[in-house]
Amino acid sequence: MRIILAALTAIILFAQATAAQQQPVQDLLQTHRALIEKSSRRTIAPAINALSNSGLPQAQTVLQSWQAKEMWQRKSDGLFFHTVKDARGQTLLLDFDSGAEAGTFDPKTMKRLKPNSGVRAMIATSLVRFQLSDPDPVQRRAALTSVQRNPDAAHLAPLQASLAGETDPDILTLKLHLTRLLTVTFDRDEAKRIEAIGQLSGATSLDVRAALNPLVATRRIVGPKSETAGMNLARSLRPGSEDLSVEDAYTMMVTAELAPQRVTDAGKYTALLTNIDAGRAGGVPLTQLSSQDARDQAYDALVAAGLAAESVGEAEIAAAVAGYSFVDVYQDPSPAVTAAATKALDAIGLKVGLYRFVDLTLDAMSLGSILFLAAIGLAITFGVMGVINMAHAEFIMMGAYTGYIVQQYITNYTVSIIVALPLAFAVTFAAGVAMERLVIRWLYNRPLETLLATFGISIALQQIAKNIFGTQARPLTSPAWLDGAWVLNDVVSISYIRIAIFVLAMIFLAVYLFIMKRTRFGLETRAVTQNPKMAASMGINPARVNMLTFGLGSGIAGIAGVAIGLFAKVTSELGNDYIVQSFMTVVVGGVGNIWGTLAGATMIGFFQKGVEWLNPGNTLAAQTFMIVFIIIFIQFKPRGIVALKGRAAGD
Amino acid sequence: MQRSFFYRNPSVLVFLACLAVFTLVVTTLSEGAGVGLISTSMIKTLGKTLCLSLVAVAMDLVWGYCGILSLGHFAFFGLGGYMIGMWLMYERTRDVVFASLANVEIPPTDQEIVAAIGNKIFGVVGSSDFPLIWAFSHSLPLQLMLVVLVPGLLALIFGWLAFRSRVTGVYLSILTQAMTLALALYLFQNDSGLRGNNGLSGLQNLPGAEAIPQSVVSLWFLWASALALGLGYLLAAWVVSGKFGSVIRAIRDDEARVRFLGYSVESYKLFVFVLTAAIAGIAGALYYPQAGIINPAEVTPIASIYLAVWVAIGGRGRLYGAAIGAAFVSLASTWFTGGQVPSVFLGFYTIDWVDWWQVLLGLSFVLVTLFAPKGLGGLIDLFLGVVRPNRHGADLGPGKGSLQEREATK
Amino acid sequence: MSALLEVSGVSVSFDGFKAINNLSFHIGMAEMRAIIGPNGAGKTTFMDIITGKTRPDEGRVIWGERSVSLLAMSEAKIAQAGVSRKFQRPTVFEDQTVFDNLLLALKNERSPIAALFYRRSKPDDNRVRDVAEKIGLADSLARKSGELSHGQKQWLEIGMLLAQDPLLLLVDEPAAGMTPEEREHTTNILVEAAKTRAVIVVEHDMEFVRRLNCKVTVLHAGSVLAEGSLDHVTKNQDVIDVYLGR
Repeated sequence: MRIILAALTAIILFAQATAAQQQPVQDLLQTHRALIEKSSRRTIAPAINALSNSGLPQAQTVLQSWQAKEMWQRKSDGLFFHTVKDARGQTLLLDFDSGAEAGTFDPKTMKRLKPNSGVRAMIATSLVRFQLSDPDPVQRRAALTSVQRNPDAAHLAPLQASLAGETDPDILTLKLHLTRLLTVTFDRDEAKRIEAIGQLSGATSLDVRAALNPLVATRRIVGPKSETAGMNLARSLRPGSEDLSVEDAYTMMVTAELAPQRVTDAGKYTALLTNIDAGRAGGVPLTQLSSQDARDQAYDALVAAGLAAESVGEAEIAAAVAGYSFVDVYQDPSPAVTAAATKALDAIGLKVGLYRFVDLTLDAMSLGSILFLAAIGLAITFGVMGVINMAHAEFIMMGAYTGYIVQQYITNYTVSIIVALPLAFAVTFAAGVAMERLVIRWLYNRPLETLLATFGISIALQQIAKNIFGTQARPLTSPAWLDGAWVLNDVVSISYIRIAIFVLAMIFLAVYLFIMKRTRFGLETRAVTQNPKMAASMGINPARVNMLTFGLGSGIAGIAGVAIGLFAKVTSELGNDYIVQSFMTVVVGGVGNIWGTLAGATMIGFFQKGVEWLNPGNTLAAQTFMIVFIIIFIQFKPRGIVALKGRAAGD
Repeated sequence: MQRSFFYRNPSVLVFLACLAVFTLVVTTLSEGAGVGLISTSMIKTLGKTLCLSLVAVAMDLVWGYCGILSLGHFAFFGLGGYMIGMWLMYERTRDVVFASLANVEIPPTDQEIVAAIGNKIFGVVGSSDFPLIWAFSHSLPLQLMLVVLVPGLLALIFGWLAFRSRVTGVYLSILTQAMTLALALYLFQNDSGLRGNNGLSGLQNLPGAEAIPQSVVSLWFLWASALALGLGYLLAAWVVSGKFGSVIRAIRDDEARVRFLGYSVESYKLFVFVLTAAIAGIAGALYYPQAGIINPAEVTPIASIYLAVWVAIGGRGRLYGAAIGAAFVSLASTWFTGGQVPSVFLGFYTIDWVDWWQVLLGLSFVLVTLFAPKGLGGLIDLFLGVVRPNRHGADLGPGKGSLQEREATK
Repeated sequence: MSALLEVSGVSVSFDGFKAINNLSFHIGMAEMRAIIGPNGAGKTTFMDIITGKTRPDEGRVIWGERSVSLLAMSEAKIAQAGVSRKFQRPTVFEDQTVFDNLLLALKNERSPIAALFYRRSKPDDNRVRDVAEKIGLADSLARKSGELSHGQKQWLEIGMLLAQDPLLLLVDEPAAGMTPEEREHTTNILVEAAKTRAVIVVEHDMEFVRRLNCKVTVLHAGSVLAEGSLDHVTKNQDVIDVYLGR
């Protein structure tokens, strides 16, 4: 083969050297003229292969122009040319070999070659080898992407060939990776495949798993024992075991046409129905056919009378099944390869599991921070004032709608969010203060009544929101830089918006701690929390502190509303999805301590995500379990994770 | 003793008499009994209202008397409805299946019948097998027992856990809310065995009574609801009248003190909680056949909070207040949201009550809590001229119950 | 004299603060005892431990002739065993009549079922009337207890203790907020009660303690500082230092 190639090359070089006027490409095209003119997916392969294997520098141009439907054939002599548009928009007709203009372009004398999509795809595949060694790195990357998307045995050899000349280290890494993937799937040499599998065993990306999984895929077949003996078996199955019931085994045999069809109960019923004779079927009165036993008997009578096909009995089925072997067979015939692939997949599985855990942790932290944001305002009012604000959900909603309204006037999303956050705080702060002044302060020391009164406000606010904004969801769009996700690998990723919410939650924690520990207001609040009367006697105005505290808690709810609105639908029921979880967070976390709220939110976040992981796709079940878990948790920590002890806890 | 019970609680007799008169009047004016002044749908609404009054009486017992603000009693109400709904749906579907198989020449086997019923009931959630919880659905007596037992058992387990760990006040309210939310979320799942969010439907059709018009069936349910309300009211009144009532009111006012008197506060609370859950279950079992459909949305926390609202508006701590409150608010809701109330033109805006009723309800509820904590029942005090002396002034000392302002100035 | 209550080596701390520190104490079957001590001496916590409200970190609390430990019992069980307690602030059930309050406290079966089917009987009525007589509220039986004056509420609560027919009465500051005449009456009730049962009185008011004329235990920093007659302890230098001298 090599000798022939060398001889050919020599001849061509010789020919080129001796006769500049020779036209090797045109000659090649003319050789395959019939095929090219026919342009059918089934027959075109030799022509494309001849071109791409010719080693001619112009081959790439031919293929590209062919693919782009810019190749023309002159009707008069059948010669092939290609067209380009020059700077003035004129179409020029060019010769392939010389690249020179070949007369004027007249569409009437020419016939355009229109390869169909199947042929174009084949051309694209053959072009890849040229692109893989293209001097332009962009072209090389594009070629690799095309290989990645559409792996083909034909790409393997060119890919391997292009490795040596690669200068860009990143592209080289990608090429090596692809070479291994293609080797695993398409190489004929077992040793090379196993080597490639070994090299891939640390990677967790989806394409590696996609390449390895088919190697260990099995199909279930039935056959005579002698037939299955030589196959690459995953395992053999015993009919009647847990993995394969006798019924299924027999059905497999029927499908493989190794056994006669069974007569099902429905089949018997139909047979009886077609053989009704004077109120009787199979000699049994119809009224007695209300049990399967009776029907079996009647059917047997039909069989005896020759009116129906004989049914296969249990014993016959057992005997038939015993005569064959049922096996799971690997798709890949080589045991060594499947063993290596299994090992590699196990290693990958472990790693993927680890990454899944990381991903789950991120998810849980994200949920935890959302809950924390939603609950912190509630925790402040509950912790400091002993007031459960049922309208908290509506404050969250008000914050979200504030964000929506701001976006109606400020179209730059980044600016609108920056404006919306403080504005939402201001709006809900004002609402909170108003509510405290008008309602709550009259109900101190009557926590249950406060709960109900705030519920009244809650339903009123919700309905007002419905009346103003309607029931359909309103958009609150996040700025473009919050779109997308931070992707670590194919397993671990987290959207920027969730990271932003996490950061926001942390900022709130810091701000809250600062206010409580470092400001006069914080000192007064703590004093009022511990002993309102003593605080009052020291010149602190508890009414003012309560009012501001309530405003603060409500204001934070407003900001949480903007944050939640960015990823959830803004409706009048926005807050409802989070409110019970927020209550849970406060209850689990313990009253009067921000760390408790944080711990509660984290715990609920992790628990819910954990249950979702165990029972994927069933968020409802996860929430149900979570609530049951919380009810049980309260048994052991009635005052929450972080509880005040001793006298301060009160009676 | 009986005589003295009514003697000591004249309101019970008055209430029962009013209930009887109401039932009689409604019956004579109904379509089913001939006069036809009240439509069948109105009869159903009134019957449902009686059931709501019954569950409100239960709520008053647990909140107004025992001080447990349960935000989960509609869970028990809903469970009662589900239990009776299972029987109604099974029997009705069975009749339908029998009717459809009647013309088939070969009679169906038992398995085929069960499979056909299962397919009809659970086809909507992509299943055809009967879940285990439907095991008794073929038997009316067993399912009727479950109407009481299932809510009772849930209340027993939940109450035991909650009271044992001494969860009280707002905490307990939130926990009961969580309980009903958990139940709702569970029922919303398609594989819960109760048809997910489709719920149970067609409950207004009584199996075996297809020939009887709804106008008559609705009267039966009205009578049954009135009877249940009467009996429930009597039971509740009896429970709160004696020493037991004295103990639970004491628990409401000062739980720790009762404990130091040697009463096991937890068992009293548990008793009341379970008893009221069972009453709520019965109320639900009568309500949903009149409503015709039950789905998990009925047991979401909001429903239970509304229950508390009714009792608060009616006046808690007095049974007739709760019953009247539930009737008043739910009928007003029906009236306002039914679109029959004329809109108010303000010149620049038209108040359409279908949209604004919730706002009105919410705000009036706030006003009642602030200014009329005794609720509608307080009106009756006003009418009867009962004035309760009030010695409470502002506290002078550090703790609750210390020497008070008014006493000090005496 | 056999001990009714024996507390030995009990300690309890809240967040590192030792409220009770290795406290030992015992009282006989029919004895009056006054406990005095400055604020924060652990008087209330001591009562909390006996009544089961607070669980001590260590130590033993032995009760009665059969020497059972109170530590494993719930508040309700301890109360049923015969310990009854009056709180510092009067806690009567203001929404209910004086009669109902006393009936509630009256020694009887405490289970929910028993309460549900309880029927008033002549003997019970008489017992309630007896107690009301003792506390001077016989004329107010039908009144709501919320209407009573502060002193009357204190008496009612003492009456509720007596109605329980306990073996041990724990009385926390019974004379707070009372007029001198009311104090006199209170003293009489307590002295009378101590003839048949043990009574522990926690009091700040020395005059009141003197009138009780009984053995005094001085608590300080969670343990017993001195014990003996009032004259004896008031002469004790330690007591003068920490309490009386200030």
